[in-house]
Amino acid sequence: MSEHHKETFITKYIFSQDHKMIAKQFLLTGMFMAVVGMIMSALFRLQLANPGESYAILEMLLGKWAPDGVLDPSMYLALVTMHGTILVFWVLTAGLSGTFANFLIPLQIGARDMASGFLNMLSYWFFFLATVVLLWSLFVETGPASGGWTIYPPLSALPQAIPGSGQGMTLWLISIALFIVGSLLGSLNYIVTILNLRTIGMKMQRLPLTIWALLITAILGVLSFPVLLSCALLLIMDRSFGTSFYLSDIIINGEVLHNSGGSPILFEHLFWFLGHPEVYIILLPALGIISEVISVNSRKPIFGYKAMVGSLLLIAFLSFIVWGHHMFMTGMDPFLGSVFTFTTLLIAIPSAVKVFNYITTLWRANIRFTPAMLFAIGTVSTFITGGLTGIILGDSALDINVHDTYFVVGHFHIVMGLSAIYGMFAGVYHWFPKMYGKMMNKSFGYIHFWGTFICAYGVFFPMHFLGLAGLPRRYYTNSAFPMFDGLTDVNSVITFFALAGAAIQVFFLFNFFYSIFKGTKATENPWKANTLEWTTPIERIHGNWPGEIPAVHRWAYDYSKPGHDEDFVMQNVPLKEGEEEH
Amino acid sequence: MTNILIIIVVLLIIVTVVQVLRVSELLSEINNTDVNEVTDEDNNTQGKLLLFGMFLFLGFVIWQMVNWSHLILPDASSVHGEIIDGLMSFTMNLILVTFFILTPILFYFGYRYRGNKNNTAYYYVHNNKLELIWTIAPAIILTGVIIYGLQTWNLAMNPDTSNSKVIEIYSRQFDWTARYSGQDNRLGSANYRLVKGRNQLGVDLEDEYATDDIVVKEVHLIKGEPVLLKFRSQDVIHSAFLPYFRVQMNCVPGMTTQFAFTPTKTTNEMRETEGEDFDYILLCNKICGAAHYNMQMKFVVETKEEYEDWITQQKTLKNTLTLK
Repeated sequence: MSEHHKETFITKYIFSQDHKMIAKQFLLTGMFMAVVGMIMSALFRLQLANPGESYAILEMLLGKWAPDGVLDPSMYLALVTMHGTILVFWVLTAGLSGTFANFLIPLQIGARDMASGFLNMLSYWFFFLATVVLLWSLFVETGPASGGWTIYPPLSALPQAIPGSGQGMTLWLISIALFIVGSLLGSLNYIVTILNLRTIGMKMQRLPLTIWALLITAILGVLSFPVLLSCALLLIMDRSFGTSFYLSDIIINGEVLHNSGGSPILFEHLFWFLGHPEVYIILLPALGIISEVISVNSRKPIFGYKAMVGSLLLIAFLSFIVWGHHMFMTGMDPFLGSVFTFTTLLIAIPSAVKVFNYITTLWRANIRFTPAMLFAIGTVSTFITGGLTGIILGDSALDINVHDTYFVVGHFHIVMGLSAIYGMFAGVYHWFPKMYGKMMNKSFGYIHFWGTFICAYGVFFPMHFLGLAGLPRRYYTNSAFPMFDGLTDVNSVITFFALAGAAIQVFFLFNFFYSIFKGTKATENPWKANTLEWTTPIERIHGNWPGEIPAVHRWAYDYSKPGHDEDFVMQNVPLKEGEEEH
Repeated sequence: MTNILIIIVVLLIIVTVVQVLRVSELLSEINNTDVNEVTDEDNNTQGKLLLFGMFLFLGFVIWQMVNWSHLILPDASSVHGEIIDGLMSFTMNLILVTFFILTPILFYFGYRYRGNKNNTAYYYVHNNKLELIWTIAPAIILTGVIIYGLQTWNLAMNPDTSNSKVIEIYSRQFDWTARYSGQDNRLGSANYRLVKGRNQLGVDLEDEYATDDIVVKEVHLIKGEPVLLKFRSQDVIHSAFLPYFRVQMNCVPGMTTQFAFTPTKTTNEMRETEGEDFDYILLCNKICGAAHYNMQMKFVVETKEEYEDWITQQKTLKNTLTLK
């Protein structure tokens, strides 16, 4: 076993193979990208609230893309595209899974490190390269990719159709290919580590729910990301080597293309075969994190552990057979549409079970409101609010009129975006003491939560009304149609909350960096939690435990168990004589 | 000048906040207490805030429903649309009821069970009966939703089109063109390689069915008579979206898609309720390029007489393309 060894600056902070350092690298990169993505959304929200209005800030940041301070329509689409790409892949996939899978898996299952520290390091550096390429694409002359984050061809295949489909799209595809390599290396490592390196007594039935969620997420990633890679490779072939996988019968700018026999619908099938599991790759780690945070801070076992694991598995399984609900309006056979409606609506059942179990965990609890706990409750709330509108969108007959409208934007931002980002915040506040040995400031955490909670609903709830009014998404302005004239107020409200919500994040960023350097010192187990990471010393060492790895004797949720002096019993405490496991 | 002032004010606020933070943490160090430990007082405050937050949130939702409900699209102007609207109000009521039950329970439990040093939580691991109930209950409700939904879907997607007037909707960056099938109710075949000059849709002029086709930039429909729209695209994917009719279908290069419906309200009837300047509009609902936001075509629904007046004024393809 690798003991704590001497480290140089480079092996400690840059090419580190220590899972804890790699986790922090993912977190910091993810946070940086989150800020970039958030600024982009603030910029296009300015345009949406006051179309055609001149803003000095736009001209300053975007230069020729905002002549006289008015956002250019192509740049609007580019901002929307990059915002989606960054948030979906960089922040909520790599930033969330990368951080917490790396940080928690070895610590919570009782392992010295990941199965392969080297692959783990490569996983981050592929991600880093992907980040560099993506950021680079922001600065090419024809602008970054602008065909939407779903990059449907032919739009994304033809530079003649939109400038962003030139060099910007090439870089986007290279970047996403690197991203997928990094993601696969990481996921394989997570799976192998969880299956093979659990400490003595850590049976699968005793794994904390975070680990279950991260394991299932990794399996989803391994099964679905390669499909996106092949999908992207075929698109690269069509763009650069004259093939016709996705292209057929096209005239663009008066030029008749030779491509024949391909189908853009093929692309959509391949894309959404990843795309839908991707939604759960984003969501499940957040649900895992809040299961842990809610249980610890309720001082109560998570209710229905087996049902929680079962519903995770069922959601993961179903996520592979519902992708067609993104394609109800492609002219697919109505019977196929019926099948996808059926499978999609089934997901509501395990989701409902999860919500009921979270609520029951709160019942007769003794709740300690840490900022992490507030964000966890926020996640349950957004999961309820956003999940319910999914029943409308998943129903093909209703999808006819809300497909691709702001109703969809509101739905997925609440159920996937907010739930996942709240889960991520909960995770950061909760495990910060273990990551940096310092406490984050509590009051700033409270301000951050309440500000975010209010602004986020202020942004995304009104979008349902825009969608029900028939407003399509990805419109540069809605002033071209008199039927949308009444929507100006709603758009102003959304933009107000979007800017306020962005400003509130300063409290988090400041608190985060301030606490790393000047925060009050953390104790070994500040939340009085049961899982193994809280048995490690405050000082970070490579190898996690200075001596033997503790053995595990019970599940992770013995909170307020009768017959014990304290209201928590750590996993490494042996059962008392005559004590039942749970 | 104001910009500089704003920046200075923001900087000052940040500095103040930082100092307050520093002072509070230093004070706690002197008093030997942990400023970041969550106390009973915190639990009390945050618990109450959670209750307040719930009222704020639900209040905001209700405020929106009161103030913005008039923005929502009016009742459907098509036969299948009315059935969809029925399903929509059923589903919407269902999710609103669920929302207004679950959200208060969640936040109330947060408030009710806010922590206190003297309390102990109830060790409650699982209850199979309870869990079975809340697995089966949603399953039963969803079975209803699914059955109702699929019936509606089948009605909307598989109508009898034997008597429908066939009209082609042709999309390209960034406009729409329509082609009526004429007297024979059959569109002449078309091929993108034939697109040339005034033959913008690539219609095969050798095809006898094409001769009476009529190409127009505005679609007129007869109230109560079924139409079958056939969609093609010249360049990228577009999506034909007619919100008032509850009609949407993607236009995909290389293939033909279709959607059949029957309009039930004339434009003039709609103007009585929706305002003088109301028009049915076809818009693009799939990102297609820089001017995606402004790709539109007018639809007019009218009586049979008005329609006949209009259509007889339009030139058939044969007349248009053979004119020099």
